[in-house]
Formats: sequence, C-alpha cells, structure tokens
Amino acid sequence: MRIRTAGVIAASLLCLVGVAACGDKKEDSTTAGPQASAATGELVIWADDKRSAALKPFAEKFGKENGVTVKVQAISKDQQTTFLTASQQGSGPDVMVGAHDWIGNLVQNGAIDPVQLTAEQKSGIAANAIKAVTFNGQTYGVPYATENLGLIRNTELAPAAPATIEDLVKEGKKLKAAKKVSEILCLQVGQNGDAYHSYPLYSSAGGYLFGTNAQGDYDPKDLGVGKPESIAAFKKLAALGEKGDGALKRSISDQNSIATFTGKKCAYLVSGPWAVTDVKKANLKYDITAVPGFAGGKTATPFLGVQTFYVAAKGKNKALAQEFVTNYVTTPDLAVALYNAEPRPPALTAALDQVKGSDPDLEKWVTAGENAVPLPAIPAMAAIWDPFGKAESAVIGGADPEKTITAAGKTISSQIK
Amino acid sequence: MTTQLGGPATRALPASDPEPANRRERGTSVAGLAVKIVLLGLLVSFAVWAAFPLAQDEHWVGLGILVAATALLLYAYLTPRHIPAKYLLPGTVFLVIFQLFPVLYTAGTAFTNFGDGHRGSKQDAVVAIQTASVTQVPGSTEYALSIATTGDPATGGLVFLITDPATKKVSAGDGSGLKQLPAGDVTVTSSGKVTAARGYTVLTVGQASARSKEITEFAVPTAGGAIRSTGLSRAYEGKAGRAYDAATDSIRDTTSGKTWKADDGIGSFVAADGEKLAQGWKVNVGFANFTRALTDDSIAGPFLGTLVWNFIFAICSTGFTFLLGMFIAVALHSSRVRFRNLYRVLLVLPYAMPSFAMLLVWRDMFNTDFGLINNLLGIHTNWFGGAMTARIAVILVQLWLGYPYMFLVCTGALQAIPGELVDATKVDGAGAWKGFRAVTLPLLMIALTPLLISSFAFNFNNFNAIWLTTEGAPFPADNLTNGATDLLITYTYRLAFGASGAQYGFAAAISIFIFLIVAVVSTISFRRTRQQEEVYS
Repeated sequence: MRIRTAGVIAASLLCLVGVAACGDKKEDSTTAGPQASAATGELVIWADDKRSAALKPFAEKFGKENGVTVKVQAISKDQQTTFLTASQQGSGPDVMVGAHDWIGNLVQNGAIDPVQLTAEQKSGIAANAIKAVTFNGQTYGVPYATENLGLIRNTELAPAAPATIEDLVKEGKKLKAAKKVSEILCLQVGQNGDAYHSYPLYSSAGGYLFGTNAQGDYDPKDLGVGKPESIAAFKKLAALGEKGDGALKRSISDQNSIATFTGKKCAYLVSGPWAVTDVKKANLKYDITAVPGFAGGKTATPFLGVQTFYVAAKGKNKALAQEFVTNYVTTPDLAVALYNAEPRPPALTAALDQVKGSDPDLEKWVTAGENAVPLPAIPAMAAIWDPFGKAESAVIGGADPEKTITAAGKTISSQIK
Repeated sequence: MTTQLGGPATRALPASDPEPANRRERGTSVAGLAVKIVLLGLLVSFAVWAAFPLAQDEHWVGLGILVAATALLLYAYLTPRHIPAKYLLPGTVFLVIFQLFPVLYTAGTAFTNFGDGHRGSKQDAVVAIQTASVTQVPGSTEYALSIATTGDPATGGLVFLITDPATKKVSAGDGSGLKQLPAGDVTVTSSGKVTAARGYTVLTVGQASARSKEITEFAVPTAGGAIRSTGLSRAYEGKAGRAYDAATDSIRDTTSGKTWKADDGIGSFVAADGEKLAQGWKVNVGFANFTRALTDDSIAGPFLGTLVWNFIFAICSTGFTFLLGMFIAVALHSSRVRFRNLYRVLLVLPYAMPSFAMLLVWRDMFNTDFGLINNLLGIHTNWFGGAMTARIAVILVQLWLGYPYMFLVCTGALQAIPGELVDATKVDGAGAWKGFRAVTLPLLMIALTPLLISSFAFNFNNFNAIWLTTEGAPFPADNLTNGATDLLITYTYRLAFGASGAQYGFAAAISIFIFLIVAVVSTISFRRTRQQEEVYS
C-alpha cells in the first residue's frame, strides 16, 4: 500500500513539474501578446532542397540586419500540397517559394496574399514574369527566375540550327541513316505523355489550351482542347509519331531523354535550363535555340515558368514576410545567389545583367523564351495536364487523333467546374 | 536459440491465479517501481504538453478525451487490480490512435466536399475573398513607412508614421485617420524613413514583427480607401474591391455592384448568373460523394472493369508467387540438392532489395527502345502500350518481387512437417506427387492460408506496384481517367490528387468502397480457413 502512495505522489510531482514547465511558457505568451512564437520575431521560409541551401545565407543576413530569426526549411516533395495542408492547420510557413502556376489553386484555397510592388520595382523585373504572377488583376508573388524550353543541339552532329521541325526531322533522319545517332529527336513523351514538353509543337500547329478574355486573362470557359484546331494540331503530332516519322516516341521519357542526348544517341534535345548541367558534364559542344515550329505554321511558343516568392495568408508573421518578399527579394544579390544554386535566368533585369557575362547560355535561354507564354495559373489548368498528356501519348502511338482529342476535351471540360 | 531471456524479477502470473494481490505487490522490485514511475511521469508530461495547444484553440472535446485517456491509464497502472487491462491498454490506445481514428476521420471526410477550393471555414473564405480584392487606389502615393507606438513598444497603440516621398512631409496615422506632424518633431533619413518622432516610440523590425498580426490588420482610413502597410517599410493607399455583407449573407463587388450569395449546400458564393467565386468552404454534403461514385458514368462505368482487373491482379500476384515460391522451397527441401544454402541466399536476394527502387528499374527494363527485356529477346514490343502486355508485365514484376517471400515461408513451414509422415506415404506406395498432394500440401496450407489472405489484401491495394511502373497505363483513347492496369487504389489516388486538384471528400468515399470490398473478401476467406482447419485437425 505504501509503495502505491509513493507512486501516486511521485507521479503527481512529475505532473506538477510538467505543468510548471509548460506554465512558464504560457505566462510568457500572455504578456507578449497573442503570438507566442513571434515574440522574438521569427520568419519561416519553405523552399525545395536546392533553393533552401542558397537561401540560407541570405535569410541569416536578413535576420541579423533586422534582429529577427529566420528559419529556412527544405520541403523536398509535393511542395504545393504540403504547403496547402500545413497552412490550413496553422503550421505553415510565412514565405513559400514555388512555381507561379500554383497561384490559381493557392488563391482559391486562400493560402497566399497579394503583394504590393511599386512601379519602380515592377519595372526592374522582366515583363512576362510580372504577367505570369498576375492573377485576377492582382500581383501574387515576387518572381526571381524564369525557365522555358529550348532546343539544345549537339553542334558536332548538327552544326546548323533547324529553322522548322521538318528541317530538324530531315537532318535527324540523315544522321540516323548514317548510323551517327539512334534517335531523331529527344523530346520526352513517356507512356502517359507530357503536356509541358509537347506544348511548343501543339501551339505551332495551331492548337490552344484556353482562350483569353477581355482583360487578357485565361478564360476557363473557352477550352481549346477538343476544338477543330486542336484536332488538326494532333494530326500533325501524329505525323511525327511512331506510325509517321518516328521523331516522337513513347519510349523516350523523362527518365532517358537527357541521358540519350548526353550519350550522343540523338542530336536534338527539347529541354530546359535544368538539363544544361548534365550536358556540360558530358563535355558536349552544344548550342541553345528556340524550339522550331512547323513549316508554314504558327510560332512555337513554349511555356514560361516563373519561380516565385509567396506571402502565406495564414503565416504567423505576415508583416515581416511582406517586408522580406517585397523589399528584400527584389534586390539583385539574392537573385544572383539563387542563380548560382541553379542556373535559370534571373527574373530581375539587374541580376540578369550581372550574370549574363559569365554565362552565355542565359542569353540564349531568354532568346529561346522570347515567345514563351506564361503557364496558365488558373485552377482549371490542373484538369489539363493528365488527360492532355495521355491523349498525346495515345496519338503518338497511333491512335485516331479526332476520337482521342474529343474524348480528352470532354474529360477536361467535365472536370472544370 | 535455446538461451532463456532474462525475464522480469517476478514470475509472470496468469491473471486467473487465485493468489492474493498483496503477495504480488510485495514481489515488485524497486527498479520496476522506478521504471513505472518514470514511464507514468512521461505519460503525464506528454499529456500536459498536448493539453495546452488544445486549450488554446478551444478544442474542448479533444481536451476531454485527452484528460479521460490519461486518467484511465494512470488509474489502470496505479491500482493493483485489473491485471488484464495493464496488458491490453497500451495496445488498445495505439489501436485507437493509429487505426480507428484514421478510419473514422476518413469516414467523416467522405460526407464533406473537402478538397481544393473547399478546405477551410466560411470565415476563412470571406477573409480570403476580401484580402484578395484589396488593390492600390489608382494614382495614389507610395509612402515610406515606420511603425511606431504611443508608449510601450509591446502593448502601446499602433501608429503608422508615413512620409510622402515627394514633399518629405510626415504624417501619423492611427485608427481615426491621418494627422500631419510638424517637421521639427521628426527625424527622417534620406530614403524617407522616420527614425524618431516626438511622442511616439519607433519600433525596430524585431519589435514590430512581434506585433505582425496587428500590423497587417491595421488600416488608416482615408477619403479614397485606407492606408495599409506592405511589409514594415512601405505603405500604400488601398481599397477593398469586395466586401461581405452579413445581413444578406453575400459578397458584393463595390465597383460593379454584382453580388454573390452564400450557398451553404455547396459551400460557395454563387451569383445570379451561376458564377461561383473560387474561394469556397467546407460543408457537409451528405451522401453526395457516394451517389456520385455510383451514378457518374465516367466513374461507375470503368469501376466494374477496374474491380475485376483488381481481383485478377491480386489473385495472380499472390497465386503465382506462392506457386513459384513453394515449388522452389520443395525442390530445395530435398537433402539430395547440394549447395542448398547458397541457392537459398541467392533466391532471397530480390526480397532484400528495396522494392521501390526495383519497381523503377523494372519500369525502365520494359521500355520499348532502350529496355533490357526487348534488347535481350530481340523483340520490339511496346509492353506498357497494350492492355494485355502491360498487365502481363506488372504481374511478372510482382512475381519477381514476391516469390522470395513465399519461398521463405514455405521453407519454414516445410521444416515443421515431420519427416515420418512423408516416409509413411512412401511405405503406403504413394509416389512423390501423390504424397505431396495428400500430406505435405494440406499441412502447408494450414500454416500458409492466413499469410496468403494477408498477401492478397496487400496486393489488392498494392499502390506502388502500379504507380511506379505503368501509372495505370495504357489508357483507352476515349477514357483517359481509367487505365488498363489501374487498381482501385491508384484510380482513387488520381481522383483525389490528380487531374482536377485534390478532392479528398470524394476520394474518401471511394476508399470506403475499397475497404468494404477487401473486408468482405478477407472475412469470407478467414471463415473458409477455419473450416479447413477443422477438417485437418
């Protein structure tokens, strides 16, 4: 019996200690206002692995200058979903770094706040990048880097840049006949298609995804997939496909397209700035030009992706987050550091001018992206990727374009609410 | 293998032991008591740690459950009675936390429209709509801002000290409006930021960020709208384009006058012309998700086909791996095979490799132009391009990944079958095959049937096997949501997180259907097993 009482007493003592320990914190928070964690002024930034590393020194500098602590946390997978879920639970960051095409979904979930940039700040950023982060007439983030597809060409195998897709295929076939390469073109399709990589060809063949309304914003009610233009465009893709020229193949996927190019098995690669690192490692002589279009077709317009800093709507420290994003991210030093972490063209004109000299590729990427259209950020875009990609792979594999695209259009429009 | 593990200081006694309680208590060692106290102390401190956030967010139900559970645990371990409870409670607690709670949560979600655009409360949606509509008044000034307080930095009333960049005039703004400050009272830097002002305490960034929430909500009313901060060093004159009117429960656009009325049935603000605002909220939708799964043609149509393939996949994956594993185990069970252990080690290798990586490797081996399989066989089959070949391919991959497990358990079960029985069949004149059919296999099945059932249940929902190889491909040209190799679980995943943003509520409803199917199959199988055991016992 005595032992049991001792146990009870010991447990209650521990309990008291626990209460006291937590109680201290509790008292702190009551004196410091509603935000216990913000009492020291804390800013939490989420980014992917590579960018977190580049951000750390700058975040620390910002923290030192202003007497606040800045935490940079790497989110390695599913950044958008993680951010949305965490925000909803109140455990999200104050600043989020991600792609601009998230904007529509983040806004409909009330996860980000608009940012107010001065005219001067806006003029220092590439115009198409500003356009990309503008949604329903509001600016929703500060762009720091752009990316778009281009044609990377092995200049030893193919000295001249092809003017059209037809020229490229002709040249590729010649090289293949001469046993110099095994593939005409490395453009990733994969078993389930790849809307992002096929879009330049689709647009050149006259297809479109969404029409634009009077304000120049994408209009989800005007869906281009399933329309006659898109069927005509897919007929052209089919002609390049497995039953046609064999330039587009389902066997070339995100897993092997860059490796096939660096292994000198094909002379042309359609990819973005992220592929350059591998190409350089392989010691290839290469050049970067715009993705060519069809002869007599429209200009091939790749998608423009913009990496962006967002202010989280449910952050604990929004004032500081706004300060960081609008007045600190807009300085060239940070943009240059982020460029060094991953070589994509900076969106800040001043930063681009700084690094242009040391990296001739940047200018070429910007030129290749001159006609790029910002990735649609409307939530309806989420419904496009999957069906469009699958339709593309089916058509390239020899399915009937008309039937396939009509079905894809139906699938997409039924999902756009 | 024969060493006795050091047991507790006391002999473990069955609960039905008629020994009086005090005897048992005397057996408790000091060390045991110390461990008990520490563990219970940890439990209590954990409970206290968990209680504060619950109390802060006013989750009284959760707090009640926490207090009750802690009290129950403390009572169970501090009383000498209820011996069985002492053993059962930890398991039960974990069962509730990790099994029951997710199941109930999923079931609860299935009756809501939880998903993209409907994640939060109505209040959240209203705030989001209003915040998103604040725009800068055209042609208004951009001010340099310093945040100050009247009195104490942490508690004093907030004041915005703003400097007009053109005139360098400083004004102080608070909830009542702006008033200009005499130039002599303020110190201004070249960039226009106020560093000191008479009668006000200018806050440092650290001090200001501690009051972040107040600052972002603070607005100085002006004629054209209100002056709001953007960060801590700039302010602008902004105007909310849309406002919520509680009386009519609707959102009104201040410029166009268009109104969107709240519809609590679907959790959106809807205008008269049917236009919905993007920001919605989470509401209960009753059985809508379930009826949609059953009535929507694009979902219900392929559902049956997917279900049939799902069964075929699970049965083939389990059956073939079992047959192959058992065949090899029986072959290596014979003492006439030399280097048996070497073979066994080699055969277990696929099981030792991480299946996640192996699935990706296999996917690339099936590639039409670059894949090892086509190159070895000298064929040009697009494995994942045709429905039949893709199905054969995924089952082949499962066979390779799964047979070592079956081989291992069969080897183990074979060791347990007495050799005399097999010898007896020989004496009775049965051949090897007949002996195996009549004696070995039935005895094996007793040990292995539960494992086969669990293997079936696992393969029924083997998400990785499909997602990492074919992603459900190939897809028929006229139906792009449901592929030939899709299992119900990959199909659900695509519905929930794929094409049109996250639809958690709908995916939860489908999960419940899947759960029902697996539960029914497992129940029937276990019943059959019991009958089987009665036959052989």
